[in-house]
Order: sequence, then structure tokens, then C-alpha cells
Amino acid sequence: MNARTLPLLATMVIFLAAYAVCYVQFPAMLSTRVIGNLLTDNAFLGIVAVGMTFVILSGGIDLSVGSVIAFSGVFIAVLLRDTGLHPLVVFAMLLVLTTLFGAAMGAIIHHLEMPPFIVTLAGMFLARGMAYVLSIDSVPITHAFYDQLQGLYYVMPGKGRLTLIGAIMLAVFVAGMLVAHRTRFGTNVYALGGGVQTARLMGVPVQRTTIRIYALSGFLAGLSGIVFSIYTSAGYSLATVGVELDAIAAVVIGGTLLTGGSGFVAGTLIGVLIMGLIQTYIIFDGTLSSWWTKIVIGILLFAFIVLQKGLVWLTSQRGLAMRGGPGGTR
Amino acid sequence: MLSKKAWMGACALAVLAFTTSGALAQTIGFSQIGSESGWRAAETTLTRQEAEKRGIDLKFADAQQKQENQIKALRSFIAQGVDAILIAPVVATGWDSVLEEAKEAEIPVVLLDRQVDSSDDLYLTAVGSDLHHEGKVAGDWLVGAVGDKPCNVVELQGTTGSSPAIKRKAGFEEGIAGHDNIKIVRSQTGDFTRTKGKEVMESFLKAENGGKSICALYAHNDDMAVGAIQAIKEAGLKPGEDILIVSIDAVPDIFQAMAAGEANATVELTPNMAGPAFDALAAYLKDGTEPPKFIQTESKLYTQADDPQAVYEAKKDLGY
Repeated sequence: MNARTLPLLATMVIFLAAYAVCYVQFPAMLSTRVIGNLLTDNAFLGIVAVGMTFVILSGGIDLSVGSVIAFSGVFIAVLLRDTGLHPLVVFAMLLVLTTLFGAAMGAIIHHLEMPPFIVTLAGMFLARGMAYVLSIDSVPITHAFYDQLQGLYYVMPGKGRLTLIGAIMLAVFVAGMLVAHRTRFGTNVYALGGGVQTARLMGVPVQRTTIRIYALSGFLAGLSGIVFSIYTSAGYSLATVGVELDAIAAVVIGGTLLTGGSGFVAGTLIGVLIMGLIQTYIIFDGTLSSWWTKIVIGILLFAFIVLQKGLVWLTSQRGLAMRGGPGGTR
Repeated sequence: MLSKKAWMGACALAVLAFTTSGALAQTIGFSQIGSESGWRAAETTLTRQEAEKRGIDLKFADAQQKQENQIKALRSFIAQGVDAILIAPVVATGWDSVLEEAKEAEIPVVLLDRQVDSSDDLYLTAVGSDLHHEGKVAGDWLVGAVGDKPCNVVELQGTTGSSPAIKRKAGFEEGIAGHDNIKIVRSQTGDFTRTKGKEVMESFLKAENGGKSICALYAHNDDMAVGAIQAIKEAGLKPGEDILIVSIDAVPDIFQAMAAGEANATVELTPNMAGPAFDALAAYLKDGTEPPKFIQTESKLYTQADDPQAVYEAKKDLGY
């Protein structure tokens, strides 16, 4: 076992142990219905968390995604209400728009050498404001195509449903894993997270990579917005407030180092599922305050940050020991 | 040793939890919007009390104002196989697919206090108050209270354009229609808040000859009435005597004012939506009795004759 995979293993162990505890108390938790629900209900969070994983792996942060999801929903709903465009055309327009939005933030971060925190915070206000300008009310989506999309699901044994949006999330995770671990772009993202200077010296195209990372995050936020609009068949400017923070939490619980450079896309999936599992448990119990979700996630986050710090410290100690202790030549 | 003890404790707890959840009580899931207002907190408290009275195992989920949390809660209730679901929906749109799932699983859903824009065969019934009727009850009371004497009414409206403001205004006007001695002379929004109610009442008093030509105040909610009472007192008049005061909601504070003789009447927007919902569900689960699609809660009128102090004592711990 090496230090890089330890957080991922810890996440898996926590997930399986938590699921076992839930199962002992509520046997219905192991039904395909619950598993289907976990995928469907967390689809929008999972998709946006994949984008967030790339951003955090590169040492950045993207606070705009929750607002972009809300904007996407309102954009789709208003266009479908006021024009005769087919939803697929609207989806394409939206994805171009959110991808450009992300790319623009990436360009600002790189060229003006601004902290991603500030730039994406501005993006967050901008996107939420745009959503309000389009409509303050919740706009229902009644297009027949949406009924078709919602009707696309595979009934698993035990009446659980693997819905279209759940499947999209799984597909995004698979694609994310391939991009992170099997492409030049993925390698560049990890390199960038290790330090911009070193990455530049290694010949990583820093500008292109930064812009692409935020463009990818913008694209996935748009896709997540589409999924959310299918989930609720409405666009509402007050929706998904704080989802960016849930996504960040899922990424960190999934074992990715907040400072960048180390982590796995697969871990993020488990991070998302752990968060969904806590919510499901609280609803099954029915007496606990739902705010316990936040408390447990807070504790888990804290534990993971401590775990990561500990690992970094341990590996540096071991490194020193191998070189003959603190007195050794460097 | 300590850890062994703790472990055994945990096991015992787990076994206990396991057995209690296996008990045969009727299980009903309740997805609440959140606790954004005192009224809603009171609704939650009363729902729990009503469930306990009937021996129902209530699974409570607070959605923290988010629709996605409510949809999750509904899906989890379905997965858990509850006997019925209550929901106070945060927005009207976007419930079709999850309500269809509930229908498919043959779990009846009752809407509390708010409506959805889905087709009404997707839920069993909706329990709520009729805002128009509330206004009418207030108007009817004023008609009875002033008799044939001429009466100039000032009106504190709710937030402009909000459905309670529109419907409570129209209902009140219907209540006083045909009684030409009662006239609404001034009507402005007080935004449902105490401070705004006080401010607007101050301007009413100035405009109406120091308040001498005002006979009654109709406020769309109690909070604005409480603010207005303050303004009337500061102007040197006696609220409740010089100016009659009628409002809507029946929150605890207005009962204190009524007990002190400073307010005359209030129409209750009952937070007990769950009682009628549970009754309808019990009948439906027993022999399939279909309730009407909308169950209107009573809009009860409280006056100074109803022992306001006692009502205040009963209401103050509900979480308002």
C-alpha cells in the first residue's frame, strides 16, 4: 500500500462500513431502489464533482458551478417556453455557453495571475445574477421530449431504477477517469497541481492547461444543469445554492489533496455516494435533524484533511530517513 | 476495558434500534420545507404531536429550503416502503416524476399547505387554507362589529403581488360588500413585517386627521397589526377602542395584544394541516375512501371573548 492510494482506500473502507451499519439497522437500505436513488438523486452533484476533481487536482477551486447549474436550468426552461427550439439544440447552445464561461474564467486566472478563489467567486455571482435576470419564478418545463427522457430507465430486479441521469453520471465518471489517467491533458493537470513553476520547467503548457481545466469544469456544470433540469423538470434561479461546496467536500472525502497534485476521480464517486448515503440514512431514521448531514460531512472532511497532512508528514519523514535523516545531504 | 464496554453498548443500541424499527406501527414520511418562519415551525411541532396522538411512526425530513432534498426524501420514503407521504412542497413545479414513482409504488401522497402544478391524480389530496375565505371571515366580523354606523377602514396589505395579499384583500372586500357604511379609505403594503406595518400606519394616521376619522384597521397579517398598534399608541389613541383592529394568522403575539384589549379579532391560519391529512389517510388506508382533492382547513375567528390569554399560553410553545 502506498501513500498515494491510502486516502482512496480509506474512503472505500468508510463507505463500505457505513453501508454495513445502515444495512444492519434498515435492511431495506440494500435494495436496488436505494442504490438506484443514490445514483439518480446525486447525478447532478456527481457530474459537477468530476469537474471539481480536475480543478482541485490542478491546485485550483471553482466556486461558480452551483450558480452555473441554476443558470443552466433557467436558461433551458425559459428558451423552451419562449421559443420553438428543440431541447437538444438548447442543450448544445447551453454547453457552448458554459464551456466558454469556464474558459474565460481560466483565461483570467492565468493571464491576470488572479487567485481562482476570487475569479470563480465573481463567476458565481455573475451566473446566479444572470439566472435571476432570466426569471425569478420557477419555470416549469413541459416539453414532450423531457417526458421521453424521464421515461428512459432500466428497472433493476427489486424495482430499483437505473435512470438516464444516473447512467450519465456513471459515464461521466468513466470518461473522467480515462482523461485523468490516460491522456496528456490528465498528466498536465497533475503536474500543475504539483506546482506551476515545476510544471512550466517540465514543459507543461500552463496557459492551455489552465484554460482547459476551467472550461471542462464549466462544461460539466452545464451538463449537470441539464441533468438537474431533467431531474426537476423546471428551472429555478434559487436552486442548487451551495452545491459547489458539496462538490468540494465530495472531492476531498474522495481522497483528493486540497492543495492539488494527488487524488483519483474514482474516489470522488465514492465521496458523492457517502454524502448521499448519510442523507438516506437520516431520512430512513426519520427522527434525526437533517442538519446532521452537514455535521457528519464536516467531521469526515476534517478527518480527511488530518489524514492527508499526516500522510504528507509521514512520507517526508520516510524520505528523510532514506537519505540518512535530517543531517543527510539533499 | 472501556472500549469493550462501549462496543457492547453500541451493539445493544443497534439491536434496540433494529427491533424498534421493526415494530408494526403505521409509518408516514413527512417532507417539510424547512423552518423559515414561526408558522412553519409550529406546523412541524403540531404534525409531530398529531402523529404521536394517533400512534403513527412519523419519519421527518427537513429539506432546508431545497427542492432537491425534498425529492431525495420522497424517493427514500418510497424505497423504505412507508404507508403514506406528507409533503409541504417548496415550489410548485417539478414533482411529476417522483409523484409518479410514489403512485406506482401505491403510496398515497398528501400535500400540505401548498399546491403543486402536477396533475391531481398523482396525489391523494391537498390540505390547505383558503386565503380568500380568511379575508372574508375578517370582513364579516367587521360588518357584525360596526353594525350600521359609518366606518372608514385603513388596510395594511401584504407583500405586493403575493398571493396571500391579493386573495386576503379580495376576500375582505367581498365580506364588506353591500354594506355601504363601511369604506376602505386607504390601502398600502406593509410587506407583512412589523416595522413596515408601524411606518405605514403612522402615515395613515397623519393623513387621516391624526387618526380621528379612522374607525378600523384591517391588516393582512398579525405582525403588521402589532406594528400598527404601536403607532396608534404613540399617536395618543387607544387601539382596540378608538380604532378597531382585525388581522389574520393568529400568531401568539396578537393574543397578547387581544388580552390587553389592544386588538379585537384575528382569523387563524391553522398550522395543524396534518390532523385533517392523517384523518383522510386513515380512511383511505382502511377501506379506500377517496377524500376530495382539496381539504380546506377551518379559518377560525378569535375575538377578545375567546380568552386570548389562554390561547396565548397554548400557542407560545409551538415554535412560532
